[in-house]
Amino acid sequence: MFSPSPFRRAMGRGLGAEALGQTLTAGFYEGLPLRRAMAGELGEPEEVRDRAAEIRDRSLDNLEGLLLGLEARVRAAGGQVHWASNAAEANGYILDIAKENRVKTVVKGKSMTTEELGLNPVLEHAGIEVWETDLGEFIVQLAGERPFHIVGPAKHKTVAQVAELFRRRLGTGRLSQPEDLTRAARLFLRQRFLSADMGVSGANFAAAATGTLAVIENEGNIRLSTTLPRVHVAIMGIEKVVADMAELEYLLNLLPRWALGLRLTAYASLLTGAARAGEEGPQAFHLVLLDNYRARVWGSPYRQILRCIRCGVCHYACPVFRNIGGHAYPWVYNGPMGVVLTALSQGPPGRWRELLGACTHCGNCNEHCPVRIDLSGMIARLGAEAAAPPVKVAAAVTGTLAATAGGYAAARAGLGIYEAVNAPAQAEISMPGAAFGGPRRRLIRRAKRSFKQAFGLQGRGEK
Amino acid sequence: MGKTRVSLFLPCLAETYFPEIGFDAIRLLEAAGCVVEYPQEQTCCGQPLHTEGSREGARAMARHFLAVFGKAECVVAPSGSCVLMVRKHYPELFAQDAGLRQMALELAARTFELSEFLAGRALPRLGLDPGGRATLHDSCQMLHGLGLAQEPRQLLGRVQNLELVEMERPGVCCGFGGTFMARFQALSLRMARDRLAQAAATGAGYLVMTEPGCMLNLRSAQAETQDAAGVEIVHLASLLAKGLDHV
Repeated sequence: MFSPSPFRRAMGRGLGAEALGQTLTAGFYEGLPLRRAMAGELGEPEEVRDRAAEIRDRSLDNLEGLLLGLEARVRAAGGQVHWASNAAEANGYILDIAKENRVKTVVKGKSMTTEELGLNPVLEHAGIEVWETDLGEFIVQLAGERPFHIVGPAKHKTVAQVAELFRRRLGTGRLSQPEDLTRAARLFLRQRFLSADMGVSGANFAAAATGTLAVIENEGNIRLSTTLPRVHVAIMGIEKVVADMAELEYLLNLLPRWALGLRLTAYASLLTGAARAGEEGPQAFHLVLLDNYRARVWGSPYRQILRCIRCGVCHYACPVFRNIGGHAYPWVYNGPMGVVLTALSQGPPGRWRELLGACTHCGNCNEHCPVRIDLSGMIARLGAEAAAPPVKVAAAVTGTLAATAGGYAAARAGLGIYEAVNAPAQAEISMPGAAFGGPRRRLIRRAKRSFKQAFGLQGRGEK
Repeated sequence: MGKTRVSLFLPCLAETYFPEIGFDAIRLLEAAGCVVEYPQEQTCCGQPLHTEGSREGARAMARHFLAVFGKAECVVAPSGSCVLMVRKHYPELFAQDAGLRQMALELAARTFELSEFLAGRALPRLGLDPGGRATLHDSCQMLHGLGLAQEPRQLLGRVQNLELVEMERPGVCCGFGGTFMARFQALSLRMARDRLAQAAATGAGYLVMTEPGCMLNLRSAQAETQDAAGVEIVHLASLLAKGLDHV
């Protein structure tokens, strides 16, 4: 018989963590008023979304020119720029930089782009010590896990789980208070900041006109990672560039409000090139501009997904994500934006039929996207491109999900859908994997007479 | 001014599972002063095919729909998702065929979801005896697709002795999602149970909805789990039609 796919198995594990699902759901809805209020301070929320989408589209439309401008400005400010067409190239550049600078220890600011690259194992394999310094990233690094969510990597961990992890991996005593755990992480990481030779960060945005990168955070770890070590390497997807500081400011104002309900994060660093003579800061600055699928998507009908500013809200808006959790997904990007990026970048969409099908088309992701990406529409379109999975119609078997599925199967024969739905013998539609989402559901029975039959009996049919 | 002639489009799930929705919709539309016809050649709108990625199949269904309803003065359907299919996706499906696309656009402009159609019209007095409390489950296609949140609430507000209460978290998907419910059964059930729990927590006796798909999902979940056992899961058309009887 069928064996469950990795996605289904992971989904089953995610569903098993029912309390987490409830926490995520409650958290999203409880946070909504604050997030709305904060975003509302920038203007009428729908107009804010229009403006943000417009800025992103303008950047994407001028992508090549902006990137060349950014490159020139970063070079003029004493930085070096590397164009990486894929993950291997990007990792290669970063490793070379580390070797040239005889780097032994790397501290990292939170960066999903480096997760995308799988950078840590590459550096570690070369004998370099790598430390994630964002508290959430640090926790998942110690646990040997992937980030659960692009903004909240350790969102799935309880305080007790973190306490046990720290006791085991850091040798702390039995701590129970979040403050004590944070202090333990801080003490541990402070030593790494001081001894690190190289800092690695991502970038939230970059302004082409000045060559300035913006990174925002709440913990100060990115500030330390990008200023204490003698070398700073920043990695950004090529889509993160905007024209100038005015546009950058608008998005930087919007992002924490939308993502976290905060007017601003505790730290916002604007970094332009390497330290100049007499300035403190890294002696060498490298910017790695990563393509790794983006240029192809840029030229496809799905360019809109490159608007994404990684706020992480569509995840929590998605009832599927909330219930199955971030680790059920096959790639580092998860939730609605991740489903789209996975299908667009990780092999042919046909490989992701099941993932693309795990969508109720409720549209709540679209409703909450600050840059108005039609995530739900893209998932539907990609799903359509991936083609429907094989369906078997086994006739006259009871216990069915036949109404929808029956329509689905029979409708392959054009208008036959209607006859199939009305067929007196109930047809069971067996779909590969249908039985592996857990116990099978039972459907209520159909009406004894369909509307058409009953309508005909009333003699109204001839009307 | 003559009476509005309404052609009723009945979603396939109502046709097979909840035929009462069709009769109740007809009663309501007639009570609103319309002349109602039910074209018997109608079939499913093709939404399941469209969602499953069969554009060819969906186009065939859409062509049939245009043939059946193309001359209708207006089409009313007790389902937001079918209306969204007609209004949004039919014109897209015929992007390559100017003639059919134009027909689809014109028909789209004359096709309405039931509560959307009734909200702007006078109805006889509606009431319940004994009275009760209702909560509305927004269907996703109504809420996010068509932007219809107030219309069903406005209609429920017209029913005397019926108190409308909101769930703590309204507007959350019930987990139907067409074939989603068949493919991801445990997940779908989890989502449905969340809605049932939310509805039960309001103390409402009626859990009202405008979508036969949600109704199939939630009634099945209720029957299977006994969650929200005392709550009557009902289509808006049926509750309003009941209101016609009690005044």
